[in-house]
Amino acid sequence: MKPRVAVVTFPGSNDDRDALRAIELMGGDPVPAWHGDRDLQEADAVILPGGFAYGDYLRTGAIARFAPVMAAVRDYAEEGRPVLGVCNGFQILCEVGLLPGALIRNRGLSFICRWIHVRTEGPSDASPNFSGGEVLQVPIKHGEGQFVASQEEMARIEEQGLVAMRYCAPDGSIDERFNPNGSAHNIAGLRNPMGNVLGMMPHPEHAVDPDLGPTGGHAVFDWFLSGARDRIHA
Amino acid sequence: MTRRLPAQTEDPLHRRLALTDEEFEAIVDKLGRRPNDTELAMFAAMWSEHCSYKSSKGHLRSLPTRGPQVLVGPGQDAGVVDLGDGVACVFKMESHSHPSAVEPFQGAATGVGGIIRDILSLGARPVALLDPLRFGPLGDARNRYLFAGVVAGVGQYGNSVGVPTVGGEVKFAPCHSRNPTVNVMCVGLAGTDELIHSRTGGAGNVLVLIGASTGRDGIGGVSVLASRTLDEDAHQARPSVQVGDPFTENLLIEACLELARRGLLEGLQDLGGAGLTCAVSETAARRGVGVELDLDEVPLREPGMEAFEVLTSESQERMLATVRPDDVEAVRDVCGRWGLSASAVGRLRGGGEMLVRHRGQVVAQMRAKALAEEGPVYERPSSPPPWLVRVREDDPAMQPLPVSLEEAFYYVLGAPGIASKRWVYEQYDSLVQGATVLGPGSDAAVIRLQGTIRAVAVSTDGNGWYGFLDPYLGGAHGVAEAARNVATVGARPLAITNCLNFGNPEHPDVMWAFAEAVRGIGDACRALNTPVTGGNVSFYNESGDSVVYPTPVVGVVGVIDDYRLLMRQGFASDGLVIYLLGQTLLELGGSEYAETILRKVSGRPPRLDLDMEGRLHRLLYECARQDLLASAHDLSDGGLAVALAESSIAGGLGFTVSVQDDGLDPHVALFSETASRVLVTAKPGREGDFEQVAAVHQIPITRLGLTGGSRLEFASLFDVALSDAVVVSEGALPRLMSNQRLTG
Repeated sequence: MKPRVAVVTFPGSNDDRDALRAIELMGGDPVPAWHGDRDLQEADAVILPGGFAYGDYLRTGAIARFAPVMAAVRDYAEEGRPVLGVCNGFQILCEVGLLPGALIRNRGLSFICRWIHVRTEGPSDASPNFSGGEVLQVPIKHGEGQFVASQEEMARIEEQGLVAMRYCAPDGSIDERFNPNGSAHNIAGLRNPMGNVLGMMPHPEHAVDPDLGPTGGHAVFDWFLSGARDRIHA
Repeated sequence: MTRRLPAQTEDPLHRRLALTDEEFEAIVDKLGRRPNDTELAMFAAMWSEHCSYKSSKGHLRSLPTRGPQVLVGPGQDAGVVDLGDGVACVFKMESHSHPSAVEPFQGAATGVGGIIRDILSLGARPVALLDPLRFGPLGDARNRYLFAGVVAGVGQYGNSVGVPTVGGEVKFAPCHSRNPTVNVMCVGLAGTDELIHSRTGGAGNVLVLIGASTGRDGIGGVSVLASRTLDEDAHQARPSVQVGDPFTENLLIEACLELARRGLLEGLQDLGGAGLTCAVSETAARRGVGVELDLDEVPLREPGMEAFEVLTSESQERMLATVRPDDVEAVRDVCGRWGLSASAVGRLRGGGEMLVRHRGQVVAQMRAKALAEEGPVYERPSSPPPWLVRVREDDPAMQPLPVSLEEAFYYVLGAPGIASKRWVYEQYDSLVQGATVLGPGSDAAVIRLQGTIRAVAVSTDGNGWYGFLDPYLGGAHGVAEAARNVATVGARPLAITNCLNFGNPEHPDVMWAFAEAVRGIGDACRALNTPVTGGNVSFYNESGDSVVYPTPVVGVVGVIDDYRLLMRQGFASDGLVIYLLGQTLLELGGSEYAETILRKVSGRPPRLDLDMEGRLHRLLYECARQDLLASAHDLSDGGLAVALAESSIAGGLGFTVSVQDDGLDPHVALFSETASRVLVTAKPGREGDFEQVAAVHQIPITRLGLTGGSRLEFASLFDVALSDAVVVSEGALPRLMSNQRLTG
């Protein structure tokens, strides 16, 4: 049975249709969901896609956190179902407190659209499927992707192994020169302590179709969909 | 607080609204009485150069516009060609140079918003943006400010609205100091049976205004900004620049496409220049009916707006739908779901009168056609500038190379117009919508039709130096070069749109250049079987004593039957045979070499053999179909040297070539800009097949050498490290912009 994956469309979402297509391509059953929905139609997992929800006015994700659908997303996160936030979705997950830290304007102040490399970090107990040490080629496209956190928060993030991926050189070495936006500790993606919530600035949904470019997104969706399958069997 | 029409001075109102005395008399004649101030403001907007094309119309009529591939030609908001399999491609280019000169960020952003709505008004989903830009030299802080602001504005709007920016060009010349040229092109896709034809639905239908509310922004945009030369006090026109809201546009796209899908629309029109006045009068005039418009139903951003303000406001993110009376509620529901207001503001009716009510009173009354279709048409005097003969006689080929070949190579490769545009296009989201097979930096952008192996290829091109030296050739080269770009990736060029950027048409030399450019475009389009489906004319691009070069920018769309066979510019592997298609002649006039090395824009631009150009395109198409080539890259600015370097950099692989077989001086062989040439590498083992196909198409070919290694080796002349070429090409724009200081 294919895992059902809900992709939430906020007003201003842009990569929602791309996420739906990626789920289809990767063997899932994509279900469009709406920001006003209060339930997620019994989906096994949920994606908050990229874009500019509610225009990202005030602050990225600041309005989206109050969308009716976010209560359901929070329930999913607490029940241990897979939740993936990409780009704007990552910003929203930080804004609602499901992930620590915040994403601010890129160090260079400009929007950046670029294919980059990230190295994944070892699995936490709760997400054994997420294999570490893989180098993935995926694109970023954001103006506000610089990850920041307080000193105490950052210590907790590293200590609990919450870093899911870091910007790296093509050979996988972590190098400040390959940090495109100035993120603290080269952080490109984070997970929650249970390991079922993943937020990332790079766009895995734009790195699944070999006709369009590299396929570094496969590893992310393999992890995500296997987590969703586990929910079916749980 | 109420805003009034410009304060009383000696001049009568019509002159202050940029209408001539003769035009005023014509209005009196049409009305049979003197117009009131509101009516005068409406005529001033609709009869402005920007809306009426009064100086250009006569010339544009000579362009070829028909062909079996053309579904909708000029006269609509955008042109449409048939891509086959029931898919239509909607596309259009427009300029937003004047607003960008005054306020670069919002000027460019709203240009993007406007062209997207043109595509949307035919019921198509916008799938790609391209931005041809021209600025003054970056040594000047004001030019850096304009360049940075325009790029950020294009990026911010396109990125937020969710349409990928996949191509364009950036060039620099002193005549663009304070006169940036900002053109934007949008491409959309729709099923051929989903297109909204705005001629359906007559009297009785309701006009529904969808989207943003109407404010005081952009009043006088078409007459004050776009149809006048910018003076020293141009910054005072800042209130005439509109402010964009890409978030609302994003919702507007989704809402309008949903309305179209549900069959709720009889027509859809963008509100752009001249706002409500233009959209309403055109909607009625195109259908040959009248209309009643009630301004009290228009949602306003602030209270107390005068009738003329509501009528000519250029507030962004608004569309006017023509709807059957029974469907108005359903339209409101769909818009409500997307958080947009939808207000019934008028009704089409019999007769041809346009009647405008405000606060219960009739404030304007005239025939809709008088506004929309009966504006003046001018046959303006034209003559070539007397100095042109002298400039053309000064052939750069007569001058010896003043530096070493290697230095010349580096200077040209690092010239801002030639160097990598990564600094620009990395600020644009080129990936959203997941259909970008080839993005920025390619010869042409390629967007696939989702779920098929078919794709549309798009490119823009225009050469101001050529336009300056010979506007006829400038126009013709624009078409040939953009079509060649599209052919170089393996597509069949189908049709063109254009944006014609010129100075003040009241000057005979400008008018002459315009007429010549149009003639050149027409001849090239006829020869290459790429009809003109629409476009835009931007006059008055001058300030102080600086006039932009005659710059016709051409956008070409083509179709690729199987995008898996498309051709890329980078050298793909070691040991491939490098060929030059076409022949190199002694042609340095108007070249990048002449400008960068000799500091002169003179001589004659390259000749153009349109018959050969067409054969070259068919050859490239055949090569793609038979999968004969490992790479293909068009030769243009900077000639063979730059094309070789670009293919090398794109592939991360060096080469060894010999360029001295043809009796030309080495610097001519390297930098000549002879047209109709393409640099290719054959797939291993397919060299014979390729040479045969080239012979069948009667295109001369030259074996230049082989790919491989980590150096760019011009045998017996000079060689440089690939890594150094990368630094020069990639480093140029970041270095020039690094001392960027934002000055307003």
